[in-house]
Amino acid sequence: MKVVYSRPKSLKRRPFHYCPGCGHSIVHRVMCELIDEMNLQERIVGIPPPGCSVFAYYYFDVDMVESAHGRGAAVATGFKRAYPEAIVFTYQGDGDLAAIGTAETIHAANRGEKITAIFINNAVYGMTGGQMAPTTLENQMTTTTPYGRDPKIEGYPIRISEMLALLKGAVYIERTAVNSPAHIQRTKRAIRKALQTQIDGLGFSMVEVLSPCPTNWRMTPIESWQWIDKVMSKEFPLGVIKDITGAKDAD
Amino acid sequence: MNGNSAIGEAAIRAGCQCYFGYPITPQNELIEYMAKYLSRRKGCCFIQAESEISAINMVYGASVAGVRAMTSSSSPGISLKQEGISYLAACELPAVIVNMSRGGPGLGGISAAQSDYFQATRGGGHGDYRTIVLAPSSVQELADFTHRAFELADKYLIPVIILGDGMIGQMMEPVEFKHEAPEELPVRSRALRGAKGRPSRFIKTFTSNPAELEEINWSLFRRYQLIKKEETTHETFMVEDARLIVVSFGIAARIAKGAIKNARANGMKVGMLRPITLWPFPSEKLQELAKTTKHFLVFEMNMGQMLEDVQLALGDKGEIAFYGRPGGVISTPSEVFRVIARLYYQNGLDAKK
Repeated sequence: MKVVYSRPKSLKRRPFHYCPGCGHSIVHRVMCELIDEMNLQERIVGIPPPGCSVFAYYYFDVDMVESAHGRGAAVATGFKRAYPEAIVFTYQGDGDLAAIGTAETIHAANRGEKITAIFINNAVYGMTGGQMAPTTLENQMTTTTPYGRDPKIEGYPIRISEMLALLKGAVYIERTAVNSPAHIQRTKRAIRKALQTQIDGLGFSMVEVLSPCPTNWRMTPIESWQWIDKVMSKEFPLGVIKDITGAKDAD
Repeated sequence: MNGNSAIGEAAIRAGCQCYFGYPITPQNELIEYMAKYLSRRKGCCFIQAESEISAINMVYGASVAGVRAMTSSSSPGISLKQEGISYLAACELPAVIVNMSRGGPGLGGISAAQSDYFQATRGGGHGDYRTIVLAPSSVQELADFTHRAFELADKYLIPVIILGDGMIGQMMEPVEFKHEAPEELPVRSRALRGAKGRPSRFIKTFTSNPAELEEINWSLFRRYQLIKKEETTHETFMVEDARLIVVSFGIAARIAKGAIKNARANGMKVGMLRPITLWPFPSEKLQELAKTTKHFLVFEMNMGQMLEDVQLALGDKGEIAFYGRPGGVISTPSEVFRVIARLYYQNGLDAKK
């Protein structure tokens, strides 16, 4: 009998603790498929953040080191400079990468650090219970914007990918989503290209993934998938934001 | 050679492969030395980070990769590094952190001070942890202790603080580098470099199980007990017949030594205890000295921080006086001499036994 679908080798045999409908487990699986397909298990090191994905090391069967909140890009920088043979990825949420870790992210990208950031944007702080994130949409209700995010008071959602694209050290940046099989396939292609960018030593690469958080969005998983299409991706348009790799698009 | 540069040279000779820093006075000669000399060495790296927070987290990353790494700063910058130091301590990762301290609180000033004693010796960041703290009092010791700091960090898997001050960092003295850089450094066995030929592993601090976290704390505590037993160091000066012992560390001890020599020349039996490791603190040595000497003067360039460790060590076993100048004011030896003389005669220590 031919096996057409199975657990990736680099994904540990352990049930995910994520909520039903959460995007983390999808991105984890996609990453592990790529680690297998690109034969990276023996040389990749992951840097998960505090947040819902803090236990990523229980799922990824690769070397991993926990980062302090927001410091992923700095930890990755130190690690990669100390041991350039490794392939290094950070796995960060929106609060981590685009609020408390903004400086670390911008400067790592600007130095063209040969690291890959997997940026999970779900427009809320998930683990702490759904507070406003830098990427929370205008009028979106969260536990700290109970009347909806008012740009006059709380500012606007940050498009950090577009900001980073301005930096010369950033080589490949794409925004994808994991709310449909087609989008998941696109996410996989984007992360493959981001990792390849690092393998080729070209500079900083990042994939921003719009990821559903039905629990904190107070939606069903189906509604959360639809919300990404109808609302979230209007503020955060999907697609390649920057690509100066010179490589042909995987499509 | 100035003190800050001596640290840089000693670090390179100790096999430091990565330096991450951020400019702040009075330690700039160190970051500049590393920019000039470390950055060009094969397999080494130097980064001027975007912040102190980033710098310490880069050290964390390099330490995870299994190489010797360091950062340096001065007081306000060291405050920013505390987050990373707490993580290093929790993950049992070696690192060397230099604090060329200056007067505070706040932005304070740039003149030498010793007001970071509490921060350095009590962990400094959040959580139940300690760091080894070395307090040099000369440029030669800066060089020697830098080497020792890397050795201790690797031996006990712990961040080590070199607590100097703006004066010692800036002053020029002859220095001999007694240790040569090893040809090739071994990679630490716990390093993460990809799961090649072994199962994957991870380094983390977070746990949602208090019992597991308690065990981690106990494990750290047991190591700290071992460090206390093995690594506590001090220097004594003319204590054998002393009726008054001055307790001072770092540059203050050097000032005190001048005052003590003057006191001796004037017939006063005064000695000195200089803690070299501020943590672990040489409490036992103090208790031993208190068997023959009853009077102690703690002299620091702060408002009385090490004083509390002396009080804890001695309890009611000694009469403890304090003299200190905060804010980056540097006492002269003659000023300290006057304090010694007043204390000596007021307590009738000149009386024949």
